[in-house]
Amino acid sequence: MDWFYNFPDMSRSNLRDFKKSVDFAFTDFSRTYGEAIETFFEPLLMFLVWFEKFFINTPWPLIILGILSLAWVGSRSLTVVLGTFISFMLIGYFGMWEDTMSTLAIILVATFLCISIGIPLGIAMARSNKVQAFVVPILDIMQTIPSFVYLIPVVMLLGIGKVPGLIAVCIYAIPPIVRLTNLGIRLVDKDVLEASDSFGANYWQKLFGVQIPLALPTIFAGVNQTIMMALAMVVIASMIGVKGLGLPVLQAISNQYLALGLMNGLAIVILAIIFDRVTQKFGLRMQKYRNEGKD
Amino acid sequence: MGSKNILIKINQLYKIFGDGDKSALDLVKNGMGKDELLEKSNCVLGLNNINLNINRGKIQVVMGLSGSGKSTLIRHLNRLIEPTSGEILFNDENILNLNPKELIQFRQNNMSMVFQKFALFPHKTVLQNVGYGLAIQNISKDEWSEKAQKWIKRVGLDGYETYYPGQLSGGMQQRVGLARALATDAEILLMDEAFSALDPLIRSEMQNILLDLQSELHKTIIFITHDLDEALKIGDRIAILRDGSMVQDSNPQEIIMNPADEYVSDFIKDINRARVIQAKSIMTPTNSKSSGATVKEEMVLEDILQIMSDAPSKPVTIENSKGKITGKIEMVNLIEGMKRPKSLGTNITG
Repeated sequence: MDWFYNFPDMSRSNLRDFKKSVDFAFTDFSRTYGEAIETFFEPLLMFLVWFEKFFINTPWPLIILGILSLAWVGSRSLTVVLGTFISFMLIGYFGMWEDTMSTLAIILVATFLCISIGIPLGIAMARSNKVQAFVVPILDIMQTIPSFVYLIPVVMLLGIGKVPGLIAVCIYAIPPIVRLTNLGIRLVDKDVLEASDSFGANYWQKLFGVQIPLALPTIFAGVNQTIMMALAMVVIASMIGVKGLGLPVLQAISNQYLALGLMNGLAIVILAIIFDRVTQKFGLRMQKYRNEGKD
Repeated sequence: MGSKNILIKINQLYKIFGDGDKSALDLVKNGMGKDELLEKSNCVLGLNNINLNINRGKIQVVMGLSGSGKSTLIRHLNRLIEPTSGEILFNDENILNLNPKELIQFRQNNMSMVFQKFALFPHKTVLQNVGYGLAIQNISKDEWSEKAQKWIKRVGLDGYETYYPGQLSGGMQQRVGLARALATDAEILLMDEAFSALDPLIRSEMQNILLDLQSELHKTIIFITHDLDEALKIGDRIAILRDGSMVQDSNPQEIIMNPADEYVSDFIKDINRARVIQAKSIMTPTNSKSSGATVKEEMVLEDILQIMSDAPSKPVTIENSKGKITGKIEMVNLIEGMKRPKSLGTNITG
């Protein structure tokens, strides 16, 4: 009855060999292809570095002016613009300007990457049930797997630095934009598509003229979520060498600096709130035609 | 009627929804009905051996209760639904043989559609909606907006060009739908219960707009409805569907005077016969003048009754549109015409 009380597991030595072989295989892989992959990501790294430098080197009044005008264009709300102004002044006053600029840079690049991969993928999913059945489980894994677990292979491949950090952020942040693009396009009214068909629209005319415009509010909710999740990854990404607001938080944890941790943490929160309000207001304005009553 | 007048010819059209539709087709061709088919092969019989000739420049109404296949039938004409078997000839060319590119061309140039739930593009303005069919043909914006403008004016929506559909009432939205369909100058207009979602007054107004446009444009219109009054008002011919089969296809007067079966009888039971039956349907043919007043062949019994009530004993003379005498009607004919035919049964018992 031994098998009943003790799980019939593989022997310790077998297990060790198994783990070793996986580790060695991946080490071999990263030795052989690591450099090639690094070269592949080289342009991304250069862009990221340039973008970060741009944010840090531009005089702060210009940056604030730029951010305020973007906030205005996005939200058309004086409250949001005023709130943004006060927040950034406080961030600067408490000496977190440079870190905030670094974080802003990586968040924007990550969001841009997620959108440019996520939206086409979402469209492909909406078009074919097979693609959807294939992609959904992958998204599920990406959203539930602890981020530390995929940090290991990424770091083994690319070492410590900005690019692995960026990839980690993207893995975590891309699912919402993919899911919501897919959902938004699938939810477009069948009647309207039928009308478009009946007038002889081809696939691309339907996609860009009807499906995407009508799905835009949903797609934009996805962009909003992607930005929020990217911000949430800032601290973890700092563990593998991404500069910015996450790094002081990490130091604060290991050294029990309460004030440092709180300040930088709140700065992340403030960024999140500003991004959220501006993108949400923008999303609402895009579907204005839905809410307008009769005159 | 010469075949020159026939624009669309539907031959032995079958549509079966569900897997294994080909094997189910044989069952249907051997006479299996809708319910039995659903039970035996889990397929739904959409259309069962439809044969229909649609005349150029006329309004062909297709009528039936919900589930009778009328919306399925109209969607075969522009191949929004593909048939299981059969052919649809447009100017003697089988449109089922069109490849995807030709089909898109065909839809752009030859047919346009008006939908029950309007199906306007909510994110486009009235002008963009009306111009949609033209804009996707890569026509310049100046050109399509000028044409769209013309049709917006024609349906009486002048000044609403920059509104979104959500800002308009149902009746106005369907005028946009109508203008959108007319703007492509397609020869054929498919109208799928186009006025069913509107309230009675607006519906009647839209019917008048349609008839008014038709008297000028002479399109070939296939009009789906479940409303007999509507069918009688606008139809040049009425086809009646039941469970995917064609029960009767004839002119409106014929349907009322000689319903093909019980199903059709049920349809016409509640209509006001005096208001729809025309003089020519009940007159006694003759070419000599009678003692009473002279009226046209198309006059309905109600109006003739009004005239005859002044002089009940004098038969009225009937003349055709060219002024030639074709028959006469006596009071007893009127009474006979207004009463329900025997086949319709009677509600009065005892």
